[in-house]
Amino acid sequence: MLVSLNWLKNYVDIENISPEELAEKITKTGIEVDGIEYIAEKSQGVVVGNIESCEKHPNADKLNLCQVDVGDEKLQIICGAPNVAQGQKVAVAKPGAVLPGNFKIKKVKLRGVESNGMICSLQELGIEEKYVPKDIAEGIFVFPNDVSIGESVAPLLNIDDAVLEFDLTPNRADCLSMLGVAYEVAAILDKEVTLPSEAVNTSEEKAKDYVSVEVADPELNPYYGAFVVKDVKIKPSPLWMRNALMAAGIRPINNVVDITNYVLLEYGQPLHAFDYDLLNSGKIVVRNAEQNEKLITLDKEERNLSDDHLVITDGKAPVAMAGVMGGASTEINNETTTILLEAAYFSPASVRKAVKDTGLRSESSTRFEKGVDPNRVKEAGLRACHLLEKYAGATVLDDVVSFDELDRSKKVVDVSTAEVNKRLGTQISTKEIGVILNKLQFPFEQDNDQLIVTIPTRRGDIKIFEDMLEEVARIYEYDNLPFTLPEGSSQAGGLTNRQQLKRDVKAYLQSAGLMETITYSLTSDDHVYKLLSPVHQEQNLNPVQLAMPMSEDHKYLRLSILPGLLETLAHNHARDQKNLAYFELGNVFVSNEETLTKQPDEKLRVAGAVTGLWLSHQWQQEKKQVDFYLVKGIVEGLFDFLNIQVTFEQAKLQDMHPGRCATVKIDNHVVGFIGQVHPKLEKSMDIKETYVFDVDMEAVLAVYKNTPGYSQIPKYPSVSRDIAFIVDEDVQAGDIKQTIEETGLPVVKNVQVFDVYKGENLPEGKKSIAYSLLYQDKEKTLKDDEVEQSYQEIVGTVNNKFNAYVRS
Amino acid sequence: MKEQLEAIQAEALDNVKQANNLKELQDIKVTYLGKKGSLTSVLRGMGKLSKEERPVVGEIANQVREAITNEIEQKSEILEEAALDEKLQQEALDVTLPGRPVQVGGPHLLTQIVEEIEDLFIGMGFEVREGPEVETDYYNFEALNLPKGHPARDMQDTFYITNELLLRTHTSPVQARTMRQFNGDQTVKMICPGKVYRRDTDDATHSHQFTQIEGLYVDKNVRMSDLKGILDKFAKKMFGDDRKTRLRPSFFPFTEPSVEMDISCKVCNGSGCSVCKKSGWIEILGGGMVHPRVLEMAGYDSEEYTGFAFGMGPERIAMLKYGIDDIRNFYTNDVRFLKQYHHAKGGTL
Repeated sequence: MLVSLNWLKNYVDIENISPEELAEKITKTGIEVDGIEYIAEKSQGVVVGNIESCEKHPNADKLNLCQVDVGDEKLQIICGAPNVAQGQKVAVAKPGAVLPGNFKIKKVKLRGVESNGMICSLQELGIEEKYVPKDIAEGIFVFPNDVSIGESVAPLLNIDDAVLEFDLTPNRADCLSMLGVAYEVAAILDKEVTLPSEAVNTSEEKAKDYVSVEVADPELNPYYGAFVVKDVKIKPSPLWMRNALMAAGIRPINNVVDITNYVLLEYGQPLHAFDYDLLNSGKIVVRNAEQNEKLITLDKEERNLSDDHLVITDGKAPVAMAGVMGGASTEINNETTTILLEAAYFSPASVRKAVKDTGLRSESSTRFEKGVDPNRVKEAGLRACHLLEKYAGATVLDDVVSFDELDRSKKVVDVSTAEVNKRLGTQISTKEIGVILNKLQFPFEQDNDQLIVTIPTRRGDIKIFEDMLEEVARIYEYDNLPFTLPEGSSQAGGLTNRQQLKRDVKAYLQSAGLMETITYSLTSDDHVYKLLSPVHQEQNLNPVQLAMPMSEDHKYLRLSILPGLLETLAHNHARDQKNLAYFELGNVFVSNEETLTKQPDEKLRVAGAVTGLWLSHQWQQEKKQVDFYLVKGIVEGLFDFLNIQVTFEQAKLQDMHPGRCATVKIDNHVVGFIGQVHPKLEKSMDIKETYVFDVDMEAVLAVYKNTPGYSQIPKYPSVSRDIAFIVDEDVQAGDIKQTIEETGLPVVKNVQVFDVYKGENLPEGKKSIAYSLLYQDKEKTLKDDEVEQSYQEIVGTVNNKFNAYVRS
Repeated sequence: MKEQLEAIQAEALDNVKQANNLKELQDIKVTYLGKKGSLTSVLRGMGKLSKEERPVVGEIANQVREAITNEIEQKSEILEEAALDEKLQQEALDVTLPGRPVQVGGPHLLTQIVEEIEDLFIGMGFEVREGPEVETDYYNFEALNLPKGHPARDMQDTFYITNELLLRTHTSPVQARTMRQFNGDQTVKMICPGKVYRRDTDDATHSHQFTQIEGLYVDKNVRMSDLKGILDKFAKKMFGDDRKTRLRPSFFPFTEPSVEMDISCKVCNGSGCSVCKKSGWIEILGGGMVHPRVLEMAGYDSEEYTGFAFGMGPERIAMLKYGIDDIRNFYTNDVRFLKQYHHAKGGTL
């Protein structure tokens, strides 16, 4: 809502406050003022002048030589506007005047003839093009005859106006009207509101002889008032009204249309004027449209209506979509002499439906959708009639013809001082609350500390005590509320195990050298099935799909974090950032329903991706490329950190390198996977060699214990032995390790691979794997023969099981 | 023999003095004191001496041995010191060459903002709660006093999945879910961070996915002044003690009265600049007193219980705090962006 302060002055005294101060006060008490716009930059020295003569410039075809009376002097001015003529009253910038843009007017010679000033267009006075009526956009502005010569033009053209831009919340529909704004400002400044005149001269003729009104469904249209106005002369509306409309962002058209728009803004009540003669039936019937009924609206579009659209008809065919837009066939035109003026209350729901279906959102529909003030519907009609009499020379026929089942009752809300203070934490007296209610102009009765408040219908948003509490608090000013801390029972705040674990896993991965990322949950057709965990692959999941996605890129909820992570790698790659180590902890969305009937499962996963160099040390020529064992080490470290036993098993998974991929298992259940992304996918995603991991955190949480027990630090010394086996190439190091651990119980405490060798000195097809074993007994110092015995057992078992022999 | 011994001593001491390194010193030691050394061979001749002479010469021989040993030890220390000095000299490095890099990871900036806020509220007795990102229409809207067809639903353009399921547009549904769990007769004191989604086209100031943190406190006798006190503490912690805060009336369907909180602009200190659109204030969050209908729908008696709720956007907070000019930075994960905020969390004191 754009609020012209010059317009607002008609209803409330704002003389002694600057626009900036007023905006600040309004913002603080509840309506955010988004900006202050001055209609024009200040100009100086521009006055009304009378063109006494206008002749062609002797040396230029397109220029005119004008003699202009500006009151205290006569000026010869050269003017190039096509519409300049003798007898016009115009805006003259005298020599020494300053126009917007710091444009100083000087005496000049044009083609040898002296010009002492400039005759101005509205644009030259700084008024924005969009506010300038079309018919005068191409030339100078001509005043009506009743202005005085020598008068300053600023107030006449409203260019001294400031416009406040209100960012209204949906509840404050009352401020979609200048009167509503006036009540608000009056409450803030503690002033009176002066209401505009609705006085209409009574005519002999009766409106009911011209029109009848019939409404099919009072629920949808509880009030329809038809005013008949004769002898209308279509012409431009008065300057002040045009100024007001321009300031409010509405382009003036003619007096009748301008008056309906003016009253719409003034009262917040949309009106519609039909050409009575074109209506040609003397009958208004409001009903639901028939399915596929057609109407050409004012914008010349043919609208296909449905049976839940409310229409105004002439008894036969639709002539307007109720509350949304009028029809073209009954539009006011230059020949219009008699009009039927509609002032109605259409139900918010019906207008909202029509707007939704047609996409037609107008100043009218916006107000109907939020509910107009029932006590201002007919009144707005009268106000328009008053203005039509005055500015269109019209005769208003006696009394409105109406259908009326409108509920105009006022709500009553009880406000107790004790409750106000209890809720706000204040100590406001009943008297102070009374003062606030008076400022708001809410009538009330007092019963000790109980105030029984009658809510004016203009404030349809106030229904319950809490609504009144806000009114009291905001006029009292939120700034004046004390700062307190809760006095209620105190409790220990904290994190759940799950939340703490999330933080810990993140902390571990960061310490392991990975950077946390957050990517989008919504993904594309292309990516949604990529890099699924083997568990999800088996389940044949349907990804959760948006009903109306905004783009192909954000269509499904992700089933895996990895595609998003790889996208961020590609993004970085494209910007020459090649060494990356990323992880993300977040939800994937899992459902096996084809059409969702209940919420999908949101499963927490953690995934990581590394590419490029892990560490590089330039002057020492060290360059460590990321590899499989790096991500494996990170994942092993993660489970070690969580004190959970896992195993890794060679696997072939979709989108993964077939030889460099393993599943991660807890108790023989797959909980994740690691490996290199399949080179084909790397290529299609524009990334280089990339290793990833993906772990189901729900599975981790299921076995995670956050209170480890205590095991004593060993007191007795340990003994270490190394052993190297020669085996066939396809034997896996992990299998031998497991056998060593099992055979070595209970004295073998730790087994580590320290060397793997193939090649010279070994037979074809063989490899050597060397292990380092750590022996320790917690009860005593191990003797050499005990160690030797265990060692021999291990050698024997491994040799048998893996067809191995010890490398000497 | 006495003369002989004295001569050995003089010669030995002179040689020790001349010694240039530990090797020479060792040779000297062997030459005089070793098994075949000159002192030893002199002493071997002691057998020929008389009973009376023997202790006298023995005494002298011991003195000579001691004198030589002492001298060698002293010289040895000096030479060792010199040798060490030389070794260390040779080991000297160019300390201006770069060090061996350590691979360092770090948290996402949003995680840090969220954790900082969580920790602040945990300290004030709040629990951290979470809720589903795919919500029902009921919890996202209806339970928050936004029935179907309510005009305020337009304030949040929604990604629907079906008529009844949607991506939550705010973390507020967790309010209703938590209150439900508490059976209408317990204190609720929680905050809820999480991802939320709106039908917005991504640009510098809009993101179809962003983060919110919801706060809710329901108890007997919760006052609006408590909300003001708590939020002021929060703002000062996040933005600095010198920031002023103010509450303004606003509108949310699930709170009444509703508020928006502004903090004084850091750039101009409240005098007005382009960052704060000349107002001197910057909006950082919304909140209010829980609407009685919301309490009632969740099973709380709104005559007995009152509460406050608030919601804030970590992206906005981060953008204000660090002057970040494009919200998309949080989700494109450019490594050069992430690295700037590896340690953004501040202390509490």
